[in-house]
Amino acid sequence: MWRTARLVASKDLLIEWRSRQVTNQVLPFAGLTLVLFAFALDRDDITARVAPGLFWLATTFSLIVLVQRTFAVETSDGALDTLRVAGVDPAGIYLGKSLALAVQLLVLEVLLVIGVVVFYASNIRPAGIVLVVTAGLLATCGLAFVGTLYGGLAAGAKGRETLLPLLLLPVVAPVLIGATRAFEAAFGTRGGNGIRAGVEIADGWPWVGMLAVFAAVFGTAGVLAFGPLLEEA
Amino acid sequence: MTPTSQHDPSGGGQATAPVVSLREVVAVLGRFPALAGASLDVAAGEILLLQGPNGAGKTTLLRVCAGLIPVARGEARVLGHDLRTDRAAVRRFVGLLGHHNGLYGDLSVRDNVGFWGRTAGASDTEIAAAMSQLGLDGRLSTVPVSRLSAGQRRRTALACLLARRSQLWLLDEPHAGLDADGRDLLDGVIRQAVRSGATVIVASHELERAEALATRTVTVAGGVVLAGGSGMVA
Repeated sequence: MWRTARLVASKDLLIEWRSRQVTNQVLPFAGLTLVLFAFALDRDDITARVAPGLFWLATTFSLIVLVQRTFAVETSDGALDTLRVAGVDPAGIYLGKSLALAVQLLVLEVLLVIGVVVFYASNIRPAGIVLVVTAGLLATCGLAFVGTLYGGLAAGAKGRETLLPLLLLPVVAPVLIGATRAFEAAFGTRGGNGIRAGVEIADGWPWVGMLAVFAAVFGTAGVLAFGPLLEEA
Repeated sequence: MTPTSQHDPSGGGQATAPVVSLREVVAVLGRFPALAGASLDVAAGEILLLQGPNGAGKTTLLRVCAGLIPVARGEARVLGHDLRTDRAAVRRFVGLLGHHNGLYGDLSVRDNVGFWGRTAGASDTEIAAAMSQLGLDGRLSTVPVSRLSAGQRRRTALACLLARRSQLWLLDEPHAGLDADGRDLLDGVIRQAVRSGATVIVASHELERAEALATRTVTVAGGVVLAGGSGMVA
């Protein structure tokens, strides 16, 4: 399983390296999302306060594009069929595709954090860096696991381009909420009209626990369910 | 030419267990019975040609043998494995070249053959040999597949199949898109694979060439094997 995962992840990352899809399309898309939110809100105090939520929204929208891309390369010339016929371990395919997706998301997130600091004038509290990194990694794993699972589910369906967001967005809501709360604690930005001002970094860690559970549940579900899903694709 | 046996690869001697054994197999696509009671035996070392009109069930038959389409009714064994209960086990030993090539357009020829070969545990030497046999070594090996001609892509897909060292080759219109040299090359590769122990089933409309390659021909129509499937008229 791990050998297959390594092969599939290497292949997916090589495809990305050669096609530069993240660099040329997904990153500008995510950056534009941040900029448009900044234009729409148009007040520094508001944008700084909602920056963590907008960061994870931009990441979630980008996830949809990335998942569609990662399965489009499998279906465009029948490679998914060949993977099935070749008897390649479905759990390995799932883990490999999740890993490649997570790596691409992480690259995107690092650049988006810079965008948030620049566009939204946000600052991470030094003591919150560990929280940001931990929450970011776990949320990314959760998003990659869910994205790969639902990407596999939608891969063989008619109208998969529109079906995928409909399936995916409700399921990733817990990640969006948990990661946003954890980032708010790290940024010290959580608060509505001062009611919740002064949030502590420690307040973010329970959300990290929730993100870990989410990633573990969907990681396990994906390993178990991806084989039957591929059969139906 | 008749759709019955041209040549018995066993030489008329005591037959071993067939590589493919289908008995009254029914396979359903959606609500449509794409196979409606097909029976077929294929012996080890055969090159079997499936001929028949469009929509006859040739592609479905190949995909059933590959374990891609479930058997709804009937008995089906491939390489000793029961397709109704153990489709996954069959797949490790089967290579399918369908209407699509199953290639990644952004990757080079070498990357594609390497990936598919390594999923089957092929060594770098075996992967290089597969590319060389299909004339894909040298400068061509580094070209992204999306920039290749249709014939070169087909050859790349065959190299992937070769690198996987499959025991049963299922080829759906393998000559499509190939020029005369490519077709000769393909026929040579198929014969070489059979000499190495593989069994091949080919579905083709290019009868003249395919019949010259095949050791036996059967006709498929209306989701059944009309003649020659089990050495008897159905």
